[in-house]
Amino acid sequence: MSLLEAKNIGKRFGGVQALKDVSLSINSGEIYGLIGPNGAGKTTFFNVLTGLYPRDDGEVIFDGKPLELGSPHKVTQAGIARTFQNIRLFAHMTARENVMVGRHARTKVGVVGAVFRSRAQREEEAAIERRALELLHYVGIADRASGLAKNLSYGDQRRLEIARALATEPKLLALDEPAAGMNATETAGLRTLIEGLRRDGLTVLLIEHDVKLVMGLCDRVAVLDYGEKIAEDVPDAVRNNPKVIEAYLGTSTS
Amino acid sequence: MALFLAVTPFVVGAALGNAWLRVLDFALLYIMLALGLNIVVGFAGLLDLGYIAFYAVGAYTYALLASPHFGLHWPAWAILPIGALVAGIFGVLLGAPTLRLRGDYLAIVTLGFGEIIRIFMNNLNAPINITNGPKGIARIDPISIGGHSLSKSIDVFGITVPGLTLYYYLFLVLTVLIVIVGIRLQNSRIGRAWVAIREDEVAAKACGIDTRNVKLLAFAMGASFGGVAGGLFAGFQEFVSPESFGLMESIMVLCMVVLGGMGHIPGVILGGLLLAVLPEAFRHGAVPMQNWAFGKVLIDPENLRMLLFGLALILVMLYKPAGLWPEKQHRLEMRK
Ligand SMILES: Nc1ncnc2c1ncn2[C@@H]1O[C@H](COP(=O)(O)OP(=O)(O)O)[C@@H](O)[C@H]1O
Ligand SMILES: [Mg+2]
Repeated sequence: MSLLEAKNIGKRFGGVQALKDVSLSINSGEIYGLIGPNGAGKTTFFNVLTGLYPRDDGEVIFDGKPLELGSPHKVTQAGIARTFQNIRLFAHMTARENVMVGRHARTKVGVVGAVFRSRAQREEEAAIERRALELLHYVGIADRASGLAKNLSYGDQRRLEIARALATEPKLLALDEPAAGMNATETAGLRTLIEGLRRDGLTVLLIEHDVKLVMGLCDRVAVLDYGEKIAEDVPDAVRNNPKVIEAYLGTSTS
Repeated sequence: MALFLAVTPFVVGAALGNAWLRVLDFALLYIMLALGLNIVVGFAGLLDLGYIAFYAVGAYTYALLASPHFGLHWPAWAILPIGALVAGIFGVLLGAPTLRLRGDYLAIVTLGFGEIIRIFMNNLNAPINITNGPKGIARIDPISIGGHSLSKSIDVFGITVPGLTLYYYLFLVLTVLIVIVGIRLQNSRIGRAWVAIREDEVAAKACGIDTRNVKLLAFAMGASFGGVAGGLFAGFQEFVSPESFGLMESIMVLCMVVLGGMGHIPGVILGGLLLAVLPEAFRHGAVPMQNWAFGKVLIDPENLRMLLFGLALILVMLYKPAGLWPEKQHRLEMRK
């Protein structure tokens, strides 16, 4: 059963056709890889999918309903959470507070509740904090809960971003190059974490440069090149696809 | 602490006289303003250079509803919430068209907004006389509580408590209320959303925050604090005119927030207190000091005041860029 169906997505920046007629469908419970050379349009696809950039063409059906692209917070509420290629944390908030912000979409007490410290507010606040700590534990940085996000190590920042995304209770988690800049140990840890996510029933859309990681982790992989999808298949078939080999030829990744 | 705050006006009144009691009352009004602006600038990170407009809106709301100008004499307890509401609405009016702006651009638009409000108050005396123009509105009803006007002194157990002291207590109570509201907002889902927007708006959106609404809420909350302070100001002064709401006032309140420690409520209170009291001290002290040192007045105290104010700002920005009393975390990191 497909959880997300992107149909004929098109996006242009001035003269650059960053995405051209991209269609792909992600099944519930799978880890779906999106790869391609630098500048292929992977991040742009994320940005369109999560409503950050307006799209020129196409539509997205998520969980059986058309997704309202254009308002990022509604995409999050519909159940898509993401991380960013260039980590975007709330630098001067603690790790715990970062994850607590992630609970915003699933909680509701407003100004009046906050000012009067209503019972509902206190309970909700306690639940938010509890959940944040659970998630920090889940991604393995519980001991850094009170540290400022900006003071975390690079690998821990990536994990914190994942915890914050998980706090929004997504059905689909979209990770934009989560292993970028990680050393081998950190990458191995990340892999364990993502495998755990799948085991816990989450669907994952993974952009990654580390081809070994993608091939080892993903159920299916799509390849973008110059904004077009040139392949979509199980990892082994993609690896041997002549078009893919050609796209990667001469670039550093193998 | 409570005792200290309670006896302060008596000590000040006895030692320094009524002029300083007034300074103290104004300091509390400024602290309220700084706390309101702190929500917009300190928490949500939206640079607002026209904040004094909301003070003006609150003041004029009070003036129009409790003065011979329209012949209305509503009680303060009814007007102050109305003033907060009206100012809040103006906050949304300012916020709505500026949602996409940040930093310098936002600062310029808000600056314009502040001036527009002031110009309106200056000119809304024709064709229908609403604000009485540059002459302002006089003979405003003083605030009264339980039938007793705070402008008159009362005798309590044989001690005469002057009106200025009564206002002090009223302002103090409201300042404490505003501090409590501010702290509660800061430690709430909404407060976190404000800070998240300040830190990274894109990431905030990705966390499911409707940044448009949450920003408008910041503008409205900050403005309503200003509206309350404005109403108190009108009742206290018994006179309002557009002159009191110029750009310099907006900048002054912003300086209180920045100098004290943006986003840190105790710091903002300190900033408000210092900037309300120190310039007055210079004003009172400059002439005798110069006479004593040089035998004559070399520099006009008003100029000296601005000079020292500028100098103080530069020094603080150089040596304490996060403000005099920043949040602990900020302080730790500024040291690095
Ligand atoms: N905000 C933008 N403005 C203009 N051009 C952009 C923008 N974002 C991406 N592009 C262009 O779109 C193309 C795809 O970029 P991107 O999606 O970041 O690639 P990838 O993530 O696959 O490396 C590139 O040519 C890039 O220069
Ligand atoms: Mg990219």
